[in-house]
Amino acid sequence: MPRHPHTAVSRAIHIQGLRYRYPDGTQALNGIDFHLDSGESVALFGANGSGKTTFVLHLNGLLRGEGSIEICGLPLADETLEQIRSKVGVVFQDSDEQLFMPTVLEDVAFGPLNLGLSPEDAQTRARTVLKRVGMTHALERAPYHLSAGEKKRVAIAGVLAMDPEILVLDEPTTFLDPPTRRDLLALLRSLPQAKVVVTHDANLARALATRAVFFDHGQIAGEGDVMEVIQRFHWEYS
Amino acid sequence: MHHLVIDRWSRGTSPLHQCDPRAKLAALLVFLIALSTTLPPAQGAFAAYAILLLLAAKLAHLPIRGLAGRAALVLPFTATFALLTWWSGDSLRALALIEKSFLSGLAALLLVSTTPLTGWTAALESWHAPRMLILVIQFVYRYLFVIAEQAQRMRWAALCRGRGSFRLAAGLVGVLFARSWQRADGVYHSMLARGFRGRFVPSPLAPFHAIDALFLFACLAGCLAIRILL
Repeated sequence: MPRHPHTAVSRAIHIQGLRYRYPDGTQALNGIDFHLDSGESVALFGANGSGKTTFVLHLNGLLRGEGSIEICGLPLADETLEQIRSKVGVVFQDSDEQLFMPTVLEDVAFGPLNLGLSPEDAQTRARTVLKRVGMTHALERAPYHLSAGEKKRVAIAGVLAMDPEILVLDEPTTFLDPPTRRDLLALLRSLPQAKVVVTHDANLARALATRAVFFDHGQIAGEGDVMEVIQRFHWEYS
Repeated sequence: MHHLVIDRWSRGTSPLHQCDPRAKLAALLVFLIALSTTLPPAQGAFAAYAILLLLAAKLAHLPIRGLAGRAALVLPFTATFALLTWWSGDSLRALALIEKSFLSGLAALLLVSTTPLTGWTAALESWHAPRMLILVIQFVYRYLFVIAEQAQRMRWAALCRGRGSFRLAAGLVGVLFARSWQRADGVYHSMLARGFRGRFVPSPLAPFHAIDALFLFACLAGCLAIRILL
């Protein structure tokens, strides 16, 4: 991967006073202050409907609320949207929403082509990241025929192919069996990017993140060390 | 699923698959113009058009029955008009209506079964076809996968809880519409997140070779000969 100036930029994400209300009137975010340092991994906890997914959709401008958002020093605005989308790679909870091209290779090359790479360079980059996530055996397969774990790997490859500086993972282990979950975790730990991980899985958060943030009714109810947040908000099955 | 099969067919290696998408698209247009202007009494011409398409399918190593079955999906739509024409006493025109719609469907199917979507949309783009039209074609194609899968899951879930009925089917269609909307929104979000700017990057088209021109000329000559002589 050619571009990761983590040392040059210390703050990957800086957000102040973020508010968002859905068109039906639901106040999903109510004054969020958040930061993420380069290379840092943060877990976002919170009950269903607490605003986690709405929050991450703001990180590359898919939703636009009130407040200020800075990504790698760039303020989120219409003029910077393209640049910001190349810096923040979002892996959605449902891989089926992310895989829409006829073959795996074409799907992974979709992002690089949009970045302006030539078809040959886009394919080369797609092949490189597919090798990295262990999916070279499925280059010409239709994404709809893959298993849940394979789909997740291809979805991650599609995002990595854009060479982002920040990875946003929304419930990355949903629908995965324990061995696949373990493999995915090893893969995610090997990636150098800063990470925002939305999850209900305390084990995943412990293994991947150094800090946790707890969302409650569109606000940050607490943050700190992962274990501390888990214990404070009783975020475990038993 | 039908579209998955066609997608697989389109990635073949036959001489017809390797022909330039622009030549195939132009040949389809020539065929459709010749077919649509053929008068109902020229039944020999319709048979000749069918033979031409069968030869093309053979050349492309495509299963004739599979192609014909899929092309027949257009018949329920034209059957109503054909029936009305037949009732009004013009049975030959009714027959021609059925033949024309079936052969048109078969010809269009041959194009998409021998050319990947990216190829024929790139050909359309090179002809400066309206961008919105191309975008709609590409979106419909992508969402077909999504909607078909959603429909299948809902059908299974419904069947697990009882027998199918017209009322159930009607309910499923309504819910499917709402869910497809949500799903399509999710797909669009993920496209935006990967830098989509309202335009699919077209595949580069290979240079137009003499063999492509020859193929187009042969199609043109064949269609004109059938149209004029039969």
